[in-house]
Amino acid sequence: MCGAPGQAVALPAGTDLEKQTVLAGRVVAEGSPVGGAFVRLLDGTGEFTAEVVSSASGDFRFFAAPGTWTVRALSRSGNGEAVLTADGPGLHQTQVAVA
Amino acid sequence: MSREDVLVTTDWAEKNLGAEGVVFVEVDEDTTAYDGGHIPGAVKFSWTTELTDPVRRDVLSKEDFSAILSAKGISNDDTVVLYGGNNNWFAAYAYWEFKLYGHENVKLIDGGRKKWELDGRTLTTEVADRPAASYTAKDADLSIRAFRDEVVASIGVKNLVDVRSPDEYSGKIFAPAHLPQEVSQRRGHVKGAINVPWSKAANEDGTFKSDEELTALYSDAGLDGGKAVIAYCRIGERSSHTWFVLRELLGHSDVKNYDGSWVEYGSLVGVPIELGAGN
Repeated sequence: MCGAPGQAVALPAGTDLEKQTVLAGRVVAEGSPVGGAFVRLLDGTGEFTAEVVSSASGDFRFFAAPGTWTVRALSRSGNGEAVLTADGPGLHQTQVAVA
Repeated sequence: MSREDVLVTTDWAEKNLGAEGVVFVEVDEDTTAYDGGHIPGAVKFSWTTELTDPVRRDVLSKEDFSAILSAKGISNDDTVVLYGGNNNWFAAYAYWEFKLYGHENVKLIDGGRKKWELDGRTLTTEVADRPAASYTAKDADLSIRAFRDEVVASIGVKNLVDVRSPDEYSGKIFAPAHLPQEVSQRRGHVKGAINVPWSKAANEDGTFKSDEELTALYSDAGLDGGKAVIAYCRIGERSSHTWFVLRELLGHSDVKNYDGSWVEYGSLVGVPIELGAGN
């Protein structure tokens, strides 16, 4: 586990964090959450892996594998990205600031 | 066939809202986005419940396709303009299904819902109300649809293009990173398939790359332009996106979408599968 502790992340029933690697986070602009942002997960070589839309509270999550990932967000408030390293299964969290 | 015949810009779409004979259709697997706001006048199609058979794993039957289009108020001579989320994956699947059943005039909005939203264009929650029409589908055009036996028989003969992400192709993961479900029995790819992720055909705003970039993409990946092509992914929607690129944008004459895709192939007994190095 890494990232901000205590941040509530709703995971689907049956998600086993002993086995699954979950990358989750929030898109923010000047500290405020950005809903409706297009959040893409890029692998260690910059290759597109998946894309989701952030919730009204700016939250997003991906089911991935251990490794180094880039999370890139596109939104009406601007674009931004963050790098996230998952050293093993569990919940890994980050924040993506867009400007 | 040129790009203008099959693809429209968000700008064109906005200028043609409400135009006579033009029906906008939003297609997605998860239609909550439509409910939260959609292009004014657009009709909603759920890929899961309205474009696939409710019992078998299959596209709609000809009769069911005719019935749903009639109920949605779409006629055979309407120009259908499709768009959706997920970088137009399910809209591209719908495009392929409309072509499968012989619909003449169908187009995709370049960039789909994402481009429309990033452009800051109007969305409405007002549900389109179209009077029912009378639609008659043609017999399925199987020249654009591949089944599992043909895929196995095409190993080493046709171009097999796996459009999933490199990690899915190599067998590192079963499914895209935002989906924990719909897992096949085995990981990997069809023996001999090349890997050209669908995403390489699109810009990050969801629009398609230029014809020149697309031509270079597939030729650099080893696609033999003189041979037929079968594209597949996991459940057939991302491969519809690539099918659209190869057949509708680049004009390859013999391109099929294998909609059974990896969920089917990866569960078959005894078929040739390869894994990437280290998997």
